[in-house]
Amino acid sequence: MAAFIIKRLLHSVIVMLAVGFVAFLMFNYVGDPINNMVGQETTVVQREQLREQLGLNDPFYLQFLRFAGNAAQGDFGLSYQHRRPVEDIIMERLPATLELSIMSALFALGVGVPMGVYTALNRNSVLSKVFMFVSLVGVSLPTFLIGILLIFLFAVQLQWLPSFGRPGVVDLGWWHTSLLTWDGWKAIIMPAITLGLFQMTLIMRLVRAEMLGVLRTDYIKFARARGLKNRAVHFGHALKNTMVPVITVTGLQLGTIIAFAIITETVFQWPGIGLLFIGAVRDADIPVMSAYLVMIAFFFVVINLIVDLLYFAVDPRLRVERPGASGGH
Amino acid sequence: MSDPLLKVEDLRVEFPTRRGTLVAVDGVSFHVDQGEVLGVVGESGAGKSLTGSAVIGLLEPPGRIAGGQVILEGERIDNLPYERIRRIRGRKIGAIFQDPLTSLNPLYTVGRQLVETILTHTDLSLSKARDRAIELLQEVGIPAADRRVDSFPHQFSGGMRQRVVIALALAANPRLIIADEPTTALDVSIQAQILALLKRLCREHGTAVILVTHDMGVIAETANRVAVMYAGRMAEIGPVRDVIKHPRHPYTIGLMGAIPSVGSDVERLSQIDGSMPRLTDIPTGCAFNPRCTKVLDRCRRDRPDLIPAGTSEVACWLYDDAGAAADIPAAQPAPGVAHVAG
Amino acid sequence: MTDSPIDRPSAGAFAPRSPLARAGFWMREQWRAAAESDLWYSFRRSPVTIVAALITLIFVLGSIFAPLIAPYNVFDPGANNLMDGLTPPLGDSFSGSSYLMGTDLQGRDILSTIIYGSRISLIVGVCAVIFAAILGVSLGLAAGYLGGWVDSLIMRTADVFLSFPTILIALLVDGVARAVLTGHRAGDLAVYVMIFSIGVSTWVQYARTVRGQTLVEKNKEYVQAARLVGRHPVLIMLRHVLPNVMGPVLVIATLGLALAIITEATLSFLGVGVPPTQPSLGTLIRIGQEELFSGSWWITIFPGIALILLALSVNLLGDWLRDALNPKLR
Repeated sequence: MAAFIIKRLLHSVIVMLAVGFVAFLMFNYVGDPINNMVGQETTVVQREQLREQLGLNDPFYLQFLRFAGNAAQGDFGLSYQHRRPVEDIIMERLPATLELSIMSALFALGVGVPMGVYTALNRNSVLSKVFMFVSLVGVSLPTFLIGILLIFLFAVQLQWLPSFGRPGVVDLGWWHTSLLTWDGWKAIIMPAITLGLFQMTLIMRLVRAEMLGVLRTDYIKFARARGLKNRAVHFGHALKNTMVPVITVTGLQLGTIIAFAIITETVFQWPGIGLLFIGAVRDADIPVMSAYLVMIAFFFVVINLIVDLLYFAVDPRLRVERPGASGGH
Repeated sequence: MSDPLLKVEDLRVEFPTRRGTLVAVDGVSFHVDQGEVLGVVGESGAGKSLTGSAVIGLLEPPGRIAGGQVILEGERIDNLPYERIRRIRGRKIGAIFQDPLTSLNPLYTVGRQLVETILTHTDLSLSKARDRAIELLQEVGIPAADRRVDSFPHQFSGGMRQRVVIALALAANPRLIIADEPTTALDVSIQAQILALLKRLCREHGTAVILVTHDMGVIAETANRVAVMYAGRMAEIGPVRDVIKHPRHPYTIGLMGAIPSVGSDVERLSQIDGSMPRLTDIPTGCAFNPRCTKVLDRCRRDRPDLIPAGTSEVACWLYDDAGAAADIPAAQPAPGVAHVAG
Repeated sequence: MTDSPIDRPSAGAFAPRSPLARAGFWMREQWRAAAESDLWYSFRRSPVTIVAALITLIFVLGSIFAPLIAPYNVFDPGANNLMDGLTPPLGDSFSGSSYLMGTDLQGRDILSTIIYGSRISLIVGVCAVIFAAILGVSLGLAAGYLGGWVDSLIMRTADVFLSFPTILIALLVDGVARAVLTGHRAGDLAVYVMIFSIGVSTWVQYARTVRGQTLVEKNKEYVQAARLVGRHPVLIMLRHVLPNVMGPVLVIATLGLALAIITEATLSFLGVGVPPTQPSLGTLIRIGQEELFSGSWWITIFPGIALILLALSVNLLGDWLRDALNPKLR
């Protein structure tokens, strides 16, 4: 097990280095960093001095090491657009995105898993067919359209929910949350559903497919032959075995959710890092883009590691070394 | 003889498909007495496993019982609502499946699986159920059962796992166990041990067994009576000694000819020409007639029912005249296979 | 062709000599095989697929003949009647002109903008798919055939691409391209930038499929033999690998088209796609969103419905293709 984790950690480090390298290339070579820092009136000599000062004339590998070192400490320089340290802006906006992403993931799991189980256990019911069709439409619907349709229905027509923004934020010092106020909750409902809908349909289809597969296995047949109650067979035995692949996909999807927050945040003007990133793309704000890239990669890597560890928690076959089995195969 | 434990009458199992309905088990009748071991043999696809599944009500959809009756201890069980048949499973009829590697849920300890089975069928407390689980594991010969009870299935070898499966099947002391190829997936050296265990436990508990297998050797060693199935139909049924020594149905004769036996000076094993028909095109009359060496005109026209012949019953027109059939010397099988009968 | 039996194409024995004619011949063979297969049969039996194909066809024809079909020329500022701005669908307009789906703020006919918008969406989508397919097939072939560090490099890159969502990669590529092109009239190149970004972010699946098939073919005798008679193995393999991966590539491309259309719409909606002077469906939805609150729902809802119909239809076609082709391929 330790060997496995070390291997995964090493893999994570390699991925981070690769992404960091891309970010570094962007940071240093796309657009002239000097041009973005100084005004028109700066002389060539002054520019050269600045280059020297910033280490832009150093050898390539030294520059990369410096970049990596700074990045590891969260230092990505100044945003061209905002004229402030990138890490400050990101830390300001991170809570909004994380809260939104977690609410979406909970929505996707909380609705997707039961729907998947239902459609697997009641394959031919009318409701199952409705679920399956809705999920097909859900997959084909672009996220931003879902958001707009929700806004049109619940904000414009019914006027139940606010159409944009993140009101009711409470500052906890180390974090600011909108989940402590009624207004905050009302405002997060539509963005969370918009962001989670695609993942929900995905999880539903996955759970359904896995569950159908598990229900055909010998140990389910044997569990029935032992006279276990349906509930025990379906939820005690089948569902737990279904969860192994579901954990993987959900874990990986959590990373996707954080990335897709870009779109949802734009639709609902949700002040998170996605909105920040799209502004950076629009205005070619390279430091923000490379910081975002490194951060997203970091999220992906961490989530991957957690997923790997969850395997150990769920599947005992991975937990214990196999004893010298005799007989059988 | 008193009332049999299980009586199956004219059982018919169908699979509706897009191209029409397949009849996988067709008019099969047999009974199982208290405590006896009935072997069911046949090639794969002969309907023997499906017969077992039908008895315990575990046919996989779209398969369904389309006719006949299954009667357990005088009570019809094939048409019971789900909840009632569920109560019978495990408590009255247990089951053991082919592959011990896949019969146990890999995510739970064997103890948990035993305890949940015991709790489903008895009113024992949790700690009593756990004691009983350890007892069962000891009974099936798991060493250090009090420790192994908390192990996961993957921590047992194949043979040990099949022992656990047997413990699970016996957990609620059923009257009948349906063992579907219980040793096929195991090493040859382990097979005999498992069979001996199964036989001993069932004798001690007074449990009857339906032993489904394609291995005539297993039957010979374990069963009291044997039923031979072919293309979803019963070909022959009778005491195991009788059927093996004096097979009557030409198919059974061929089947016996295909078994090697130590000490016989036979030069080569016989084989039955052709293969079992697919369920989509079973011939009219006797299903075996295209391959039969002693086929009569009548065999191509009418389907034979089980006819008493000696101590056995045979579905073969050769034995139609009961008196004549009894006179046929058992040592006079079909000429084509005569050289291997000894 | 007669000089070596080795490189006889799998399509048939009488392959014409010129590459173009050969390609045509190959296509005809494929077409015949398709018509005879149960592809056509399964198509006729699936009403959903027929409807999806019809809708797709309508969009394609509408895009090709947009100038002939669109009731108004929305790109001619003179043709727009500002006084007719925000006319509801089939509502009374100031000038008395009738607008089936209403007009936007500038008095542009929504139906016409949708027809032209679909055109842009489809052009970008189709070009992105072609670009991704060429890129993916080439890289897959190279990875499978050359093996070694080339294979490792390409496939590890593919892994990194796979672990990030398409839209994110497209956004990054788009952002970098914008940074590089600043001052170079980025607006004019926007369509090409989009095609490039979407193509680069979706090549992986083609590469994986082609690589797998190449590995299968690589060690077959005819490849060795071709090498012996001095033919370039890659060309030979191309001819043998391509027919074998045609099915999967077609499925990937069809599903990829739906993805590309959605990605394009998303990028345009985010304001980093095609410029408002050449509005695609996504741009129209973004522009319309601002008017949603004033009650002018039609400006955004109708293009939205068009986008859903197009993406869903192409997706359904892809699903059907996958189901119809899969039994033979696996």
